[in-house]
Amino acid sequence: MRREAGEVALAIEGVSLAFGGVNALSDVSFDVRSHEVRAIIGPNGAGKSSMLNVINGVYHPQKGTIKLRANGGWREFHDMKPHDAAVMGIARTFQNIALFKGMSVLDNLMTGRNLRMHSGILAQALRIGPAEREEIEHRETVERIIDFLEIQAYRKTPVGRLPYGLQKRVDLGRALASEPQMLLLDEPMAGMNLEEKQDMCRFILDANDQLGTTIVLIEHDMSVVMDISDRVVVLDYGRKIADGMPEEVRANQAVVDAYLGASH
Amino acid sequence: MGEDLGALDTFPKLLLHHARVRGERPAIREKDFGIWQTWTWRQFADEALALACGLAEEGLQGGQHVALVSDNRPRLYAAMSAVQCLGAVPVPLYQDAVAAEMAFPIQNAEIAFAFAEDQEQVDKLLEILPQCPNLRRIYFDDARGMRHYAQSLLRSYDKLLAAGRDALARDRAGIEARIAQGSGGDVAALFFTSGTTAAAKGVVHTHASLIGPSRAAAALDKLGAHDVILAYLPPAWIGQNIFSCAQAFVTGYCICCPEAPETVMADMREVGPTYYFAPPRVLEALLTQVSIRMDDASRIKRWLYRKFMEVAHRVGGALLDGEPVSALDRLSYWLGDVVVYAPLRNVLGMSRVRVGYTAGEAIGPDLFKFYRSIGINLKQLYGSTETAVFVCLQPDGQVKPDTVGPAVPGVELKFSGARELLVRSPGLFAEYYKNPGATAQAKDRDGWFHTGDAGFFDAQGHVKIIDRVKDVGKLHDGTLFAPKYLENKLKFFPYIKEAVCFGNARESVCAFINIDVEAIGNWAEKRNMPYSGYTDLAARDEVYELVRGCVERVNADLSAEPEIANSQIRRFLILHKELDADDGELTRTRKVRRSYIGERYGALVEALYQGADSVHVEAQVKYEDGRIGSISADLKIRETKTFAAAAARKAA
Repeated sequence: MRREAGEVALAIEGVSLAFGGVNALSDVSFDVRSHEVRAIIGPNGAGKSSMLNVINGVYHPQKGTIKLRANGGWREFHDMKPHDAAVMGIARTFQNIALFKGMSVLDNLMTGRNLRMHSGILAQALRIGPAEREEIEHRETVERIIDFLEIQAYRKTPVGRLPYGLQKRVDLGRALASEPQMLLLDEPMAGMNLEEKQDMCRFILDANDQLGTTIVLIEHDMSVVMDISDRVVVLDYGRKIADGMPEEVRANQAVVDAYLGASH
Repeated sequence: MGEDLGALDTFPKLLLHHARVRGERPAIREKDFGIWQTWTWRQFADEALALACGLAEEGLQGGQHVALVSDNRPRLYAAMSAVQCLGAVPVPLYQDAVAAEMAFPIQNAEIAFAFAEDQEQVDKLLEILPQCPNLRRIYFDDARGMRHYAQSLLRSYDKLLAAGRDALARDRAGIEARIAQGSGGDVAALFFTSGTTAAAKGVVHTHASLIGPSRAAAALDKLGAHDVILAYLPPAWIGQNIFSCAQAFVTGYCICCPEAPETVMADMREVGPTYYFAPPRVLEALLTQVSIRMDDASRIKRWLYRKFMEVAHRVGGALLDGEPVSALDRLSYWLGDVVVYAPLRNVLGMSRVRVGYTAGEAIGPDLFKFYRSIGINLKQLYGSTETAVFVCLQPDGQVKPDTVGPAVPGVELKFSGARELLVRSPGLFAEYYKNPGATAQAKDRDGWFHTGDAGFFDAQGHVKIIDRVKDVGKLHDGTLFAPKYLENKLKFFPYIKEAVCFGNARESVCAFINIDVEAIGNWAEKRNMPYSGYTDLAARDEVYELVRGCVERVNADLSAEPEIANSQIRRFLILHKELDADDGELTRTRKVRRSYIGERYGALVEALYQGADSVHVEAQVKYEDGRIGSISADLKIRETKTFAAAAARKAA
């Protein structure tokens, strides 16, 4: 049993993205409801990561709009920047783990709070007055994340020394530290063994359930996708070929063809 | 203190006493969200009293059992105290037990109320709910993941506490009066012996039987309110309960709960406990870590470590025991302390350890001496669940690696005809719960508890435990034959992985040896000896010589113990294969199955006793994929030197 999905929080409308002559995304539309786990799947090169990069403001689509719900109204973006996405409460993790390897887990998580820090560099460096108070507040949030992800034992360990599965967990923590409304996860379980995958699933579901975070994830492990997502959108060659509940998608002939390689 | 200690005969009375006399001193600490949170004795007592009021409102009666399934957390200890305040009986259960293992204690003790730490424990209790119809309330602490649990028997700890606080504010005198009614003879706790077999037994202890030995041992080690302990072993184990609950209540020292099981090492460095307990396997794991890190250290550091560890090995133990040591040695030890030992103690989190204990199984003398030589006052003790731990312990200055020390004051000891250690003490358990048959078997009419352990007194009156009584045999000449004792002595050498000794009803002792491939492999590499694997190494003459050296050192050791000097090992062979649980030669917990091995390799045993130089063996082996094959080999047999008994036989 899980939290009920709410109203639409993010709407992608007619998004097309091309790199030179290559059409990465062609006229893709779908929506994400608040508090749901939304999966984006598709064969290699289908445009999944491009889609996340569009939502995240890294890529700018040539056509289409991204609409985000904010303070009861809608904000429409044609030319979103990563900073806008972050301000709108969107955080993400990366396929190849984007952490500072030489820094401790704690410091990496603190960078996730960066957007919410108001004191200047100098005040932070010298820890004077409000800067110190602020740091303590942020540290408290980060400690809650550490507790949530059960990584107390690695607080002071440099990230580069951790095994891959734990680095992935820290990456998730870094994204959660900004207290996002929506979390974009790019293959959170790639390269993990079964046990690590189970742990990761639990953390994703707990974040979704306890913190109410909306999750958009790309994943190749179909059993994971079918287990944890509420709705699935399927891309193939940059087009949306299916969208619906996991069981609907599983039964969809176009999806089966895309994965098994039917002739086009 | 101004209060008569004798009047403080129950844990709740002690709790109120500490809240009165040292209300602002720390009672319990826990690292939470990265910070050590302190509960003072006053806060701790208030929480326990509030919970008790809450539980009383929920209908918990005196004498009822309450299960507690949790890791070491302040709330576990508060709940345990609360239960005792009402005259009810806490039953701590192993938090890592699977659900099925919890069913028996819960049924056996008719448990209606249970405390569970988190979702994991709640799930286990819910799983066995159909088998445990009596269970009607589960209080959970950490609500994570349980937002959608709708079962009506679940209730949060916070809610219980809030309701209890209201009730406490209304009628504090009521609960205090209830505590005053308690007496030392009341049942304080029920501990289930770890149920590896179906025959788990509930051991009933009264307040008196837990407080008495705790007080005696605390006095011996001069423990006081300023001591600190780290509570990191399972709370369901009586030792944990004694060290981080009973003795804390008796002396008023501070209990520290680690942040998570994986952070124990770091937490230990931070709190710096002054009183410490660790089973030998923990100490061994720590030493291995130290050795590995030293191997990676720079050359200068490695050299310093080697040099000063030699000094420590020579004089460290003597200094700790207050024996005379030359001025020069004192100087070099002092230097070593500055450069090596003190930093090492700090890394281990043992800088402030005043008293440390190890128990549970035999500890290797080298391991034991290592800790003592760097200035950690590690000692041994002996006890069991039934005796509230303290039977024997080594007082300062009388520490030996191979005994468990003399009896704790107030404890009477004797050995039966079969060499079984019998104990009579104020700490003896009242009974096995609902099992009068087992109680009568373990505790005879005169109140002696039969430990099932065999041993003897050494010349200084220290107890030496050698084996389980049922495994001890006799040689033809009547000498005691304690196979496990000999095997342990052999296994303390890093080169020997397993050993199996034979000798019951024979004229002498012979042994099978399994070498440790890794240790001997390293040894061989350093000598440029190429080898292909275990079987190859095991047949080498050089290896036989190495092992013979080990066996002869054991023999030399044994010759100093008149009682068993004759059980020196005369002949041995190195087995051609490693003993394996898949072949039924070891149990799953890696204990040797001596009689099975004796039958399976009967021909080898006979060859050992017939004086042959070698023997041919052909044996079936089971491969991991289930196939069965056979290997054959010619095994060499070697004789070893034995030593004349050093001292004359004690008049006995």
